[in-house]
Amino acid sequence: MDSEVAIRLQNVTKRFGDIIANDNVNLLVKKGEILSILGENGSGKTTLMNMLSGIYFPDHGDITVHGKKVTIRSPKDAFALGIGMIHQHFKLIDVLTAAENIILGLPGNESLDMKSIVAEINELVAKYGFDLDPEQKIYDMSVSQKQTVEIVKVLYRGAEILILDEPTAVLTPQETSKLFDVLRNMRKAGKSIIIITHKLNEVMELSDRVTVLRKGQYIGSVETSDASIDLLTEMMVGQKIDLEIDRTEPLPFVGRIEVKNITCRNRDGVAILKDVSFTSSAGEILGIAGIAGSGQKELLEAIAGLQEIESGEILYHSPEGETVTISDMKAADIRDLKISLAFVPEDRLGMGLVGSMDLTDNIMLRSYNEGKHFFANRKNPRKLATRIVEKLSVVTPSVDTPVRKLSGGNVQKILLGREIASSPNVLMVAYPVRGLDINSSYMIYNLLGDQKQKGASVICVGEDLDVLMALCDRIVVLSGGELTGIVDARTISKEAIGLLMTSSKKGGAQHAE
Amino acid sequence: MLNDHEVLAKEPFFRITKRAHISNLKSWGIRLIAVVLSLIVCAFVIMAITGENPFNVYLGIIDGAIGKKRRLWVTIRETLTLLIIAVGLTPAFKMRFWNIGAEGQVLMGGLATAAVMIYLGPTLPNGIVLLLVFMASILAGLLWGIMPAYFKSKYNTNETLFTLMLNYVAMQIVTFCIVFWEKPSGSNTVGIINGANEGGWLPKLFGLDYGWSLVIVLLMTVGMYVYMKFSKHGYEIAVVGESQNTARYVGIDVKKVIMRTMMISGGICGLAGAIIVSGASHTISTSTAGGRGFTAIIVAWMSKFNPFVMILVSAFLVFMQQGAIQIASQFGLNENASDIITGIILFFLIGSEFFITYKVERTKAKKEATAK
Repeated sequence: MDSEVAIRLQNVTKRFGDIIANDNVNLLVKKGEILSILGENGSGKTTLMNMLSGIYFPDHGDITVHGKKVTIRSPKDAFALGIGMIHQHFKLIDVLTAAENIILGLPGNESLDMKSIVAEINELVAKYGFDLDPEQKIYDMSVSQKQTVEIVKVLYRGAEILILDEPTAVLTPQETSKLFDVLRNMRKAGKSIIIITHKLNEVMELSDRVTVLRKGQYIGSVETSDASIDLLTEMMVGQKIDLEIDRTEPLPFVGRIEVKNITCRNRDGVAILKDVSFTSSAGEILGIAGIAGSGQKELLEAIAGLQEIESGEILYHSPEGETVTISDMKAADIRDLKISLAFVPEDRLGMGLVGSMDLTDNIMLRSYNEGKHFFANRKNPRKLATRIVEKLSVVTPSVDTPVRKLSGGNVQKILLGREIASSPNVLMVAYPVRGLDINSSYMIYNLLGDQKQKGASVICVGEDLDVLMALCDRIVVLSGGELTGIVDARTISKEAIGLLMTSSKKGGAQHAE
Repeated sequence: MLNDHEVLAKEPFFRITKRAHISNLKSWGIRLIAVVLSLIVCAFVIMAITGENPFNVYLGIIDGAIGKKRRLWVTIRETLTLLIIAVGLTPAFKMRFWNIGAEGQVLMGGLATAAVMIYLGPTLPNGIVLLLVFMASILAGLLWGIMPAYFKSKYNTNETLFTLMLNYVAMQIVTFCIVFWEKPSGSNTVGIINGANEGGWLPKLFGLDYGWSLVIVLLMTVGMYVYMKFSKHGYEIAVVGESQNTARYVGIDVKKVIMRTMMISGGICGLAGAIIVSGASHTISTSTAGGRGFTAIIVAWMSKFNPFVMILVSAFLVFMQQGAIQIASQFGLNENASDIITGIILFFLIGSEFFITYKVERTKAKKEATAK
């Protein structure tokens, strides 16, 4: 029996200070199977895998690989055992080719025979059905191609056990299904594959077995054929959860933010938004979809007055019927106009909040400048902080705790709570539930829904298409800085959005099919 | 099973983890241990170099710093000077603006003070001269502070290099002025300015030689504490220092804050120049700042930018320096011996911050457990 087992973890524990990231976790991976490790953010999935790949060292417990007890102290040890990990953030050198990146760090002979290396790589590529040109430079590649390089790199080093950390987070639906095909081919060839994910659909579609972690603890493993989405959610969260998002009908169309032909360049002079136009309405949730880095961040920042606009303009139509051109204004001017434009940026602790400051001081960020007094008034922000903590059930020792010490969900509640406290006319949110557990996520969806019903124009950048389609009324799709479609979220299919995400206005797909 | 362990790799011996929280008592305990350890190490070093009994040497240090009334006042005077510079640096460093230029800002303040004293001191009433001294010194330091701030906010130049280079510019200007003000000629020094009429000298207050310095510096210290902790400006400085992105996001004019803060920082450092020249030395030379602009950086950082803690830290550093001068003459040691002692103590104190931030644990011996 033991010959079938590729990896066995027994009672593995890892602590970070007082936090127990993994508490006596058991895990078993068989040869030639795809195992999903499912858990919410902070449940210890990545920590566990980092111990297998030699990045962390366990405090307790045993790791057995192919029936032998081992000690993995570094990624080198892990490679020697045939374990390779593909991280969420790629570790590639942009100016080198795929092949050069793949052989980087390998001992090799005295002379470098690139030809035979490329041939070997092509063999691997053909065997598993990858789509990769070994001689292409990394900077010319799309995200999914870079991911392919990472996977081939691991295979080239002879990995028998592959660990993929949230591999689909950055992929379109089409790229995801292509990746799954490749993974199935690898399973056929007898490799063991571990996938870390929190997307239930993918678990059901791809894996043979699922192991569920919750708050650092091992909850259990089930055969995928015996599992259902409801069962897995319950294992993951510890309670039954209603996975429906309550979506109300939008209010009648009233233009609120009108974006007219805006073009923006980043610091290197590369156009990051190209001639984008749309109008958001009061009382609706307008989704913005696109592959990461397609200009979503710049679009929101342009509206908020934080991104310089090369051409085009942005108009704000107030509920009273006035029209203001906000594209000529800075963030401070927009604030002083009392337009009440709320913005929850993607980088919560680096932009929306100050990590080392306490709750009160963070709540104060929006209002500290009110009044002519030289000294800052901390009384009202303190009251507001207390109110937000109560209303959104934020878990914190007190309002004097630095927000950095709070969990991701609580940080987001503070930020969103502050932004909606001014009862905004426009509410922009970027990746509002990234890193949040399911309960917090649904609470955020409900808050966005409330604002929509109150007549706010909600603009939401998201990455999970299923969620965007369930939450929004209309969806704007961006591809490489261009607007490729404005679609009705209630009727569109996921595949159709996926196509828009990769298409280009001028026709022709951006990435090789 | 044990073989596999040995073949693959040995387990790491120590684990370093970040502390989630540490009580005040514990963190000060660690610092105290650091001081004790450093004194022990110093004792060995002293014995090895000089063969003296370290306790005598330590007594010599105490004697040198506070042993006589005059020595005590020198220690207090030097502490005040170091303190006001550290206070001046506080808003800049809190804003993460690496102001390495306090030395030059102090020097320019001192130069402006000397100029007012030389040209106006003998003629105008002392009160007016002093008022002009303060205004001129603040203005000079402010100028030296606003230059790097302007270029930083306008062209994103590196403020560390910029402020550092300005130190040398200030030094050259002082050298240049000394040529004009030389007295007696040929001495290449300015000599005591207005020695006869004491024009532009800070007078005694409450019968104390350094009474005015004491009042001014303590006012600045309390003022800075209040400014940083309770004012809107202080809040803006903290936000800009922690994250310029957040500052921009909430509509803080980052450029304005940088300029304003460096005006304050440079201005106070310039005032420190007046405290030195008008309040104590009554002369100007290239060594008027005497490295205090750099030592004050250590004071500010070790105090975590709390002006009240700065009083203690600067007093401690000056205490050691003054003591060291004493032991140098008493035991016939080189002046550098004192620097060695101060250096060792600083090394331990700064090193102790590591143990306050991190926890070092011995990896648990679990082989016995698994091997049964």
